[in-house]
Amino acid sequence: MSTLSSPHSEHAGTGRELRRRRIRQNWGHPWLYVPLAGALLLMIAPFLWMLSGSFKPEADIRRVPPVLIPTKPSIGNYSELFSRLDFSSMFANSVVVALAVTAGNLIFCSMLGYALAKLEFRGRRSVFVLVIATLMVPGLVTFVPLYVVVTNLGLNGSLLGLILPFLAAPFGVFLMRQFISTLPDELIDAARVDGCRELAIFWKVILPLTKPALATLGIITFLGSWNNFLWPLVVAQNEDQYTLPVGLALASSGQDFTRFGILLAGAVVVLLPVITVFLLFQRHFVAGIATTGLK
Amino acid sequence: MSMSTHPGQGDTRVKSAAGPGRTIRPADRRRFALRHTTTGRQARAAWILAAPFLALFAAFMLLPVVWSLLMSLTDTKSADLRTPLNVSFTGFDTYVRIFQDEQFLTALRNTAVFVLVGLPLTLAAGLAAAVVLNNGIHRFRAVFRVGFYLPVITSIVAVAVVWKTLLEPRAGLVNTALGWFGIDGPAWLADTRFALPVMIVMAVWRNLGTVMIIMLAGLQSVPNSLMEAAELDGAGPWQRFWRITFPLLRPALLLTAVTTGIGYLQFFDEPFVMTDGGPLDSTLSATMYAYRQFGNGNYDAASAAGYVVFVLIVALTTLQFRVLRDKD
Repeated sequence: MSTLSSPHSEHAGTGRELRRRRIRQNWGHPWLYVPLAGALLLMIAPFLWMLSGSFKPEADIRRVPPVLIPTKPSIGNYSELFSRLDFSSMFANSVVVALAVTAGNLIFCSMLGYALAKLEFRGRRSVFVLVIATLMVPGLVTFVPLYVVVTNLGLNGSLLGLILPFLAAPFGVFLMRQFISTLPDELIDAARVDGCRELAIFWKVILPLTKPALATLGIITFLGSWNNFLWPLVVAQNEDQYTLPVGLALASSGQDFTRFGILLAGAVVVLLPVITVFLLFQRHFVAGIATTGLK
Repeated sequence: MSMSTHPGQGDTRVKSAAGPGRTIRPADRRRFALRHTTTGRQARAAWILAAPFLALFAAFMLLPVVWSLLMSLTDTKSADLRTPLNVSFTGFDTYVRIFQDEQFLTALRNTAVFVLVGLPLTLAAGLAAAVVLNNGIHRFRAVFRVGFYLPVITSIVAVAVVWKTLLEPRAGLVNTALGWFGIDGPAWLADTRFALPVMIVMAVWRNLGTVMIIMLAGLQSVPNSLMEAAELDGAGPWQRFWRITFPLLRPALLLTAVTTGIGYLQFFDEPFVMTDGGPLDSTLSATMYAYRQFGNGNYDAASAAGYVVFVLIVALTTLQFRVLRDKD
């Protein structure tokens, strides 16, 4: 069957030709795998280096030339991280902040996204344009006034100061609106005819259908919050409010700045949860970004 | 059988996708007036749904954006933190002052180099990865896709720690690998010639995955029949790419160019965690300059520098839309 579609089908005589074509069909261009594998190695080399370094005792880490695989692997770096540097409470803070920010964005962005996609009201276009335009505002522009606001509200002594400014992100509205726009209007009209109230339509009809978009937004928001460091670095005043990136940033510029083993173990603790989340949900994630981006 | 239902569904989707951009003609307006109870109910529901987001948005986005502009037009310092309204209006003095500051000009130059070199490199690398994964190979696509995307999701603080040890002049992996080829690698982050290029390489590494994913989606919308027809007509792979694939990728290219450009003009994370703007300000960016002014208590100068970056972003985005938008 497939030979029919090939423009070179008349040459399909010899067995060698046939085999080559089968390889081509199953694998594409076989020689491309070599540069691709090289590129892949370059892309993930920093992660392998990090993983290996985090298990190296101090004697190994400074060796010239460096050893790629630790000669005497130890978990000493990790235990010091959690016992002396209090990474467990930072870990808990990171989780709390990221979950709160994610929950807020899922709720608020899908509500406004639905209104902008499907409901008729005056000012709909202006609201959309206004929200989207702020995607161009640099973080540093809002940084200073936000600092003044949060300080005057007395929020920089609590985790709330790390959560509140990030609860409603314009990007989420864009993503949810784009996705909800693709749902058929008939669903909503039918629900109206059945006497379903407007807010119930959102809750019972629309929200269950937006699960793929919610998954994408949830993962993106969680990762963004988990990796956020500048705001928490400036706002968090006491050690009991530090998030993981703050703890790691302070460790790498503090007294431990030459203790590469500990710092690399810290990097693993920061990266491992997001890499796990990503590997588990990468299908959702990739599909969501790709489709919402292009519509 | 079921074929006949498809065009209808397609039509409604197109109509609803036109969304808020749709203009309301007088005839429509009359019809809406007749159904004013439904639209009234819809409008009420819409504002109820919009209210929580808009309240947070007003407090933590709109207010700061306006306030920041006002700060840049007054002499607000950190001493005014508790009494932020007790300041005097100074007009554009702050802007004049930062443009006379040699350090800010250096920062703008570094940002320009970073964007002008980094943005095309990132787009090209992401596009190349997408084309090879989509057209070149058929096995292990997911492995390469995940691997190339991995740096995107990682914390810059953690990545900085890792890269610093990689680039360590003596015990680092990079200079060791260069040593295998007899090359004596420099002290990358302490050398004014290499620090900024290292930041660019890092940014390409961290961002090409995003470009690749969006380009991959764009490539999947290129119809196979079109490519086969071109192949039958004797078009080579190179011709097929530039004449068919590339024009069809224009929306994906616009999207990635705009979002990456917005991010790159705010170039901050890499120098902040790797070099602190050094050596000798060779990696100082415009947003880092703003942050330094904030740290020194000059809230007016910090806001002004932030607004300069804002204007640059609007300009670059407008330019990209002009150049890359579909010309029908």
